[in-house]
Amino acid sequence: MTDRITQRSKQSLWSRLKRVALTDVGALVRGFKAADIEAMERLLLEADFGIAATTDLVEMLEDGVRRGRLKNEDDIQAAVRTRLTELLSSPDDPGAIRKAAAGPTVILIAGVNGVGKTTSIAKLARRLTRQGEKVLLAAADTYRAGAVAQLETWADRLGLPIVSGAAGGDPAAVAFDALAAAETRGSTVVIIDTAGRLHTQEGLMDELKKVARVIGRKAPGAPHETLLVLDGTVGQNAVQQGKLFAEAVSPTGLIVTKLDGTARGGSVVALRRELALPIRFLGTGEQADDLEVFDAARFAADLLGEG
Amino acid sequence: MFDELSSKLSGALQRLTGRGVLSEDAVREGLREIRRILLEADVSFDLTRQFLERVQEKAVGQQIIKSVRPGQQLVKIVYDELVAMLGETQSPIAHASVPPTVILLVGLQGSGKTTTAGKLAKRLKLEQKAPFLVAADVYRPAAAEQLETLGKQVDVGVHREDGQQDVVALVKRGIEAAGRARARTVLVDTAGRLQIDEEMMRELTRLKAAVAPHEILLVADGMTGQDAVRIAQGFHDALGITGVILTKMDGDARGGAALSIYGVTKAPIKYVGVGERLEALEPFHPERMAGRILQQGDVLTLVEKAQATVDEKEAERLAKKATSKKGLDLQDFLGAMKQMQKLGPLKNVLGMLPGVNSQMLKNANVDDQKLKHVEAIVLSMTKAERADPDLMNGSRRMRVAKGAGRTVQEVNQLLSQFKQMQKVMKGAGKPGAKLPFGPRFPGR
Repeated sequence: MTDRITQRSKQSLWSRLKRVALTDVGALVRGFKAADIEAMERLLLEADFGIAATTDLVEMLEDGVRRGRLKNEDDIQAAVRTRLTELLSSPDDPGAIRKAAAGPTVILIAGVNGVGKTTSIAKLARRLTRQGEKVLLAAADTYRAGAVAQLETWADRLGLPIVSGAAGGDPAAVAFDALAAAETRGSTVVIIDTAGRLHTQEGLMDELKKVARVIGRKAPGAPHETLLVLDGTVGQNAVQQGKLFAEAVSPTGLIVTKLDGTARGGSVVALRRELALPIRFLGTGEQADDLEVFDAARFAADLLGEG
Repeated sequence: MFDELSSKLSGALQRLTGRGVLSEDAVREGLREIRRILLEADVSFDLTRQFLERVQEKAVGQQIIKSVRPGQQLVKIVYDELVAMLGETQSPIAHASVPPTVILLVGLQGSGKTTTAGKLAKRLKLEQKAPFLVAADVYRPAAAEQLETLGKQVDVGVHREDGQQDVVALVKRGIEAAGRARARTVLVDTAGRLQIDEEMMRELTRLKAAVAPHEILLVADGMTGQDAVRIAQGFHDALGITGVILTKMDGDARGGAALSIYGVTKAPIKYVGVGERLEALEPFHPERMAGRILQQGDVLTLVEKAQATVDEKEAERLAKKATSKKGLDLQDFLGAMKQMQKLGPLKNVLGMLPGVNSQMLKNANVDDQKLKHVEAIVLSMTKAERADPDLMNGSRRMRVAKGAGRTVQEVNQLLSQFKQMQKVMKGAGKPGAKLPFGPRFPGR
């Protein structure tokens, strides 16, 4: 898988940007020409930044050039990168899982259908196991056919205990059982898989709220982490997904998946512009090891094709 | 949201129009707003630009319709062009003349291939195409289990082989199994893959060469952003896809990816996934998609308004005719029926009427198929018969029934229904009364 990743043909955003905007050195002196602005806009829009974030960035550059703060292409490159890094970073260490004061730490995983929740859980479980945690998985996606079996296969591969729900069962009950099992087994971390649901389905969002509520009653302070999984290929709908999941279960962070393809996950820029929802992990492949801790500066560089 | 667009457009255009035609400046101003909307809907950047150029070409110099504001008129042009760029006509599955018809479902991970396979199986079963499922995703854990469960739910056979890695051999055996099960359509659920994953894409090209599928359908997430172009291009270059199924369209994504994917591949969008239930797969309607991209139905109301002014004369003519001594004829009846069909499935249309709730619809026996039968019957009549249904004697009725492929009873039923309607219309014929089937049918 990794050698496939190296083959990826992400065109260097920055190299193209330089080419179109800055070949005319005089443009720097005179400010950007209309055609240059359009070209720059194009590059940012094609990376799924969305209109608002793109306009912000372009205006910032125009202003910087006009005021003479941005004198050459290096200045401009640095300005874009710095601005993106600022926007995407958060004060806390993205890789550090908030632990329970006592008893098992509970991590709830949520997101729309097909974003990669189950695979992300396997990756997260692997990471935490390596850090010495005793992880227990809870298969609370009782809706999608084969979802429980999928997580069970992963539990088997990773040698982890799992509590599974019956098809069509109550996901909150599965979560409750998993917490009870964790206490008796002495597990230190419980990761709960939930069914994919579109953020617009009120009934299903209520079901998710109920899962969180039941967990909280069983173990005060839980879930300690609620991670929203976001498909890296998603467009501007990312913002809506973020908003509605935030209203329902106040996620503590994002996992952005499928970044081993041609998508750069640029819609998180649009999302972060609206929501203080820190990006925590990145999914970069199908194997259990393909999980990276989010690094704002590196992600920004990747978005600009510098990586 | 729409009000904002409308007023912005109108404001910009009002200032710039005075000579009775849409001027270039006016159009450009309006298109800036349209551009924002398309990009926010995830339509690809390139396509957005091409699209705006085409609209500009069409719009500049157009006569302004008196009673419609220029902004509205521009939106109508945009809407019509959008419908055209989405493929216009609905396109069903192409079935092989000699069964089995083999259909490959391909796409990225998590785009919804397996669920779609189940939904499509259900649909094909209803259409009596004797479907059969082949689980060819040998990589994702429990993918075969998922397909098998879905197969059970829709009562369709499933071929799966555990531990098998040779996908081509597996699918060949699957098609054989389908033949033994007397299936006529074989749906192959392949593994999700990235279009740049050369090794995995080679698996698909080998599969295509080995089983010569009649349809290769790209299953794509309707919420996909700008990457949709690259994804569609990648799959199309490698496989030559014949159609697209757009999933997860029951959310609030505006679905600009539809435009991007069709723009790149020119492969028709055949179905749209609109929910978790296995029934939730609908034929694609370019008009509805266009409305959605331009932010939901609001714009449709507007388009209808613009259209209504054009249809006003026709409506007046019908209203006059309805109250005349002779009344409406079957030709008008058919026209009204067709207008209704344009609005979508009858049940949905009825649901839009004030005072009709879902409980009432549950018991209402509305059958879109019936509309088609009515159409067939009316079209089997001569012009004279349509104008004067009283001409319809026994032998004429027999001839029409044969021509339409329906029974004489159905023809009788239609004629008596029509008579009844004629009577009602004449009674209701006071000035200003609305036609039950007229062009002013409330849209939304």
